Amino acid sequence: MTQIPTHSPGRQLMAFLGSMNLAIILLVAVALASIIGTVLQQNQPYGDYLMKFGPFWFEVFRTLGLYDVYSAPWFLAILGFLVISTSACVIRNAPGMLREMRDHRLHAQEKSLRGIPGHAEWQVPVSVEAAAIEGRRTLLESGFNVRETRVAEGYLIAGRKGALQRLGYIFTHVAIVIILVGGVLDSRIWLAFREMTGDLVVETRPVPVSQVPPESHVPASNPSFRGNVNIPEGQQSSVLFLNVRDGYVVQELPFTIEVQDFRIEHYINGQPKSYESDLVIHDPASPNQPLKQTISVNHPLIYKGHAIYQASFGDGGSKLALRAWQLLGQSGAAQDIQGAIFQDIPFSLGGQRYTVELNDFRLFNINPVEGEGGKVEQKNFGPSMVFRMRDAAGQAREYENYMSPVVMDGRPVFISGMREQVGAPMRYLYLPADRDNRLDTFMAYYARLHDPERVARAVQAMLEEINPEAAKLPAASESIRAMVGRFVEGGYDAIGTDLEKRVPAEQLQQAFETSVRVLQTVLGRMYVELLAERGIEAPAEQDERFLADAVTAINALALYGSPIYLQMTGFEHIQASGLQITKSPGKAVVYFGSVLLTLGVFMLFYLHPRRAWVLVRENESGARVLFATTSHRKTIDMQQAAAQLRERLELRLSGAGGQPLAADHA
Amino acid sequence: MSANLDAMRQPLGQSPAARHVRPLDILWLVAVLGAGFGVLAAFNQHMDGYEVGILIGTTLSLAAFGWFWRSMQGLTLAVAVMSGIALWRYGAHFGDQLSVGLEALNAVQAKDFFLKFLVSSQSAIMWMSALYVGATFTYFLALFSRAEYIGRIASALVWAATAFGLTGLMARWRESYLIHVDYGHIPVSNLYEVFILFAVITALIYLFYEGRFRTRNLGGFVMLVISAAVGFLLWYTFDRGANHIQPLVPALNSYWMKIHVPANFVGYGAFALAAMVGVAYLIKHKLGGDGEHDRLPKLAVLDDLMYKAIALGFGFFTVATILGAMWAAEAWGGYWSWDPKETWALIVWLNYAAWLHLRLTKGWRGAPMAWWAVIGLFVTTFAFLGVNMFLSGLHSYGTL
Repeated sequence: MTQIPTHSPGRQLMAFLGSMNLAIILLVAVALASIIGTVLQQNQPYGDYLMKFGPFWFEVFRTLGLYDVYSAPWFLAILGFLVISTSACVIRNAPGMLREMRDHRLHAQEKSLRGIPGHAEWQVPVSVEAAAIEGRRTLLESGFNVRETRVAEGYLIAGRKGALQRLGYIFTHVAIVIILVGGVLDSRIWLAFREMTGDLVVETRPVPVSQVPPESHVPASNPSFRGNVNIPEGQQSSVLFLNVRDGYVVQELPFTIEVQDFRIEHYINGQPKSYESDLVIHDPASPNQPLKQTISVNHPLIYKGHAIYQASFGDGGSKLALRAWQLLGQSGAAQDIQGAIFQDIPFSLGGQRYTVELNDFRLFNINPVEGEGGKVEQKNFGPSMVFRMRDAAGQAREYENYMSPVVMDGRPVFISGMREQVGAPMRYLYLPADRDNRLDTFMAYYARLHDPERVARAVQAMLEEINPEAAKLPAASESIRAMVGRFVEGGYDAIGTDLEKRVPAEQLQQAFETSVRVLQTVLGRMYVELLAERGIEAPAEQDERFLADAVTAINALALYGSPIYLQMTGFEHIQASGLQITKSPGKAVVYFGSVLLTLGVFMLFYLHPRRAWVLVRENESGARVLFATTSHRKTIDMQQAAAQLRERLELRLSGAGGQPLAADHA
Repeated sequence: MSANLDAMRQPLGQSPAARHVRPLDILWLVAVLGAGFGVLAAFNQHMDGYEVGILIGTTLSLAAFGWFWRSMQGLTLAVAVMSGIALWRYGAHFGDQLSVGLEALNAVQAKDFFLKFLVSSQSAIMWMSALYVGATFTYFLALFSRAEYIGRIASALVWAATAFGLTGLMARWRESYLIHVDYGHIPVSNLYEVFILFAVITALIYLFYEGRFRTRNLGGFVMLVISAAVGFLLWYTFDRGANHIQPLVPALNSYWMKIHVPANFVGYGAFALAAMVGVAYLIKHKLGGDGEHDRLPKLAVLDDLMYKAIALGFGFFTVATILGAMWAAEAWGGYWSWDPKETWALIVWLNYAAWLHLRLTKGWRGAPMAWWAVIGLFVTTFAFLGVNMFLSGLHSYGTL
């Protein structure tokens, strides 16, 4: 390469920008900067970052733009530099390369050919024309593009091959610039511009679209965007939401999307097979011809430059029939109410105010279950709902209640998951279902244990049966009743705590075991009474297990933390389809760049530019043939190819009686 | 005699396009094209345009591949015969039932001789695993004993292992349909399946260069990476039961998978090969470089091979990443989302782009470049496995 004169500052700048060192530094810089965004989860709610890093580092990272690294000004600046550097490199090198590609080097001098390592010379007893033909054929046979010219006393045949490799260089580098430019077209640059001029204000409150002020709306003319919207079945939307930092803006669409139906298809093992939405596009431009189309994952709808993708799904406000079983106060009482997902239901109980916030409904709950022989199977637990129970102080616990009893260890139970904090693992309550697969027996039993009269009668009857002497002492009966009361309110723990206060440590274990035995006798008696009332005289094995499960459940209820048990008795499933909608004018540009890049890469690696010359000069005994070949890639392959070409020529020339004169075996 | 002379004139690294054509080559073309277009004619009505395109592309590529690299012809025949046996045995037991369920499939695999011991996917993959590990030891034995015939045995083991690996994938493809017709998919959809693909592709790239560079002394080094993959595969099978065929998640249910994944693994395989050649380079460099009685090829040759492997890997990795972007545009709603997998693919790409720039433009050679190729494999491995294990994102199809 010729040295570019470096006098003028412009040239110097160009040389710096187009330099290989800068290019490599930029490649490595982009790679390293990119790592940040994969280690630190991007575009999370700012509250999460604040919790994770504390106020000081939260602010530092926010200033550095680490929550959205790939839009941070400094990151874009590096990319910008990469574009400039690559462009400068192409501008500097491309003209020379294009010239060189077309040039056969017909002006090569004998002296310079002799300077090429590996050149060879022969004396051939034929005319220069005949020798030239041999030389020409050799080059043609080896796939060279050949030109020839008359020189003094003979001919110069010049060949070149693989010249398109240079084009590979140009293609790859231009492609990078094209791809990055396409990326800019699809970036948030337009939004950033509007925000800078004050036309756009990011909304941070979670309010309905109707309450979002106009300055947080982006008109449909926005050339590129990518956002999301959830549309319940049977409803429609003409906007979507673009998340911006810790808020969002509302993007208007030039049409309205209606979701008629959302479906999940399942494989036979219950895993989801496909997510699909039936859409109707209502376009004011063609009001009488709504477009109907079903989209699914991997099969988006492209409409007027907008691509509409099936991105997610959720509940669209399913209607639920609920039965609220009272656990506190008049326990066992039930009230039927109607609710819907995303609805809040306030109520009062025992002088306290509560709110049930219905959050989610799931039609299927596929869970791994250990079946017979330890084999793990996928099992559908049926529909469930998720809600929060919030007290007057604003404290909330989250619950997930399954609608139908699930058979666990051979017994049907109603499952309710509970957690006190978001993200904590659920802990589960199992309420035994009765012979009719209902909750009624358990609730009736639970109510019975809350009834002081019944408990007193049961305790008295038990004492009379097993210890008539003690039955006459009111204190004995009183203490057992209190124990039952403690168990019902606070579980075994409450009994233990009480005993710790009254009994020396060394006797604690024995006292506890005795208490539990007495307690279980009372609980058993009251259960048999209940069964008898329900017409079951001879309890079967399943009834005995029911009792054990009920006692376990009552013990657990002490930690349940809800004044009611909310049972789902029916539902009407309404889903919402989560759509992602993008407008990306740069996509075609990026794809064009990608094709160019692919072509370029393979041309660059698999074409090997070579030149070869055969110079033929007449002398007294015929013709003298000088051969030389070069490649700017000094690889083993090229050396071997050069040797092979020389051999071929020698083979031809020796056929014509040629003798080697000299050869440079470099 | 003339053919022999031809072979001698055939220089290393030179494309043999203009070489002597044997009748077998013609037979090869006829057989592959016939088979490809026969399948197309038979199953045309079940395929969409993309699948037809992929089938035609695959047929033409395989035909060209075998034409330019004759060893492919024998391998293809072996895989076709063994897969044919698997199809025949399944056909014999199940007739034309569409779905038979996992239990019926397991029962047949347990009692049919061919399936139990050879060509069910599980047996074939076990054969593959054993043969690759055996080849690793055999190559090193050949290296230390300088015994040519032991080296030949090692190569034969790799060829056999590769044939079993490919047969295992073919059989698994069929088995996925047998379990349930809805489950059917090409077996490149999870970590278990792509590890087989990785082992097979890396072995094939190695075998190609083994023929081209006429040395078997690098085999042990390359087989180390493949053995590591096999070790992972066995752990994954016996500890996690990963060999069980699962249906596709909706996002993977696309024709793109058929091209994106294999293209990627040509990249990964070539980068792995380059790194192991780099290791050989560094060992030789440490031991004093080129000498009279070298076992390993000359440093310059190792360097050249490293470049060739990285160039091949880079080309395919570029294609794979572009295909991935195009697929992402259909499945995730955008061709580039800075998802951790995308970002790490970019990092891998930038890393090798920098390597190639330094080598081609600045002319760097030697130990630093070998070190870089080795480190490059760690970067690549993180992009392949680490992202799935440690980072969350959309591309979580191969979690452990």
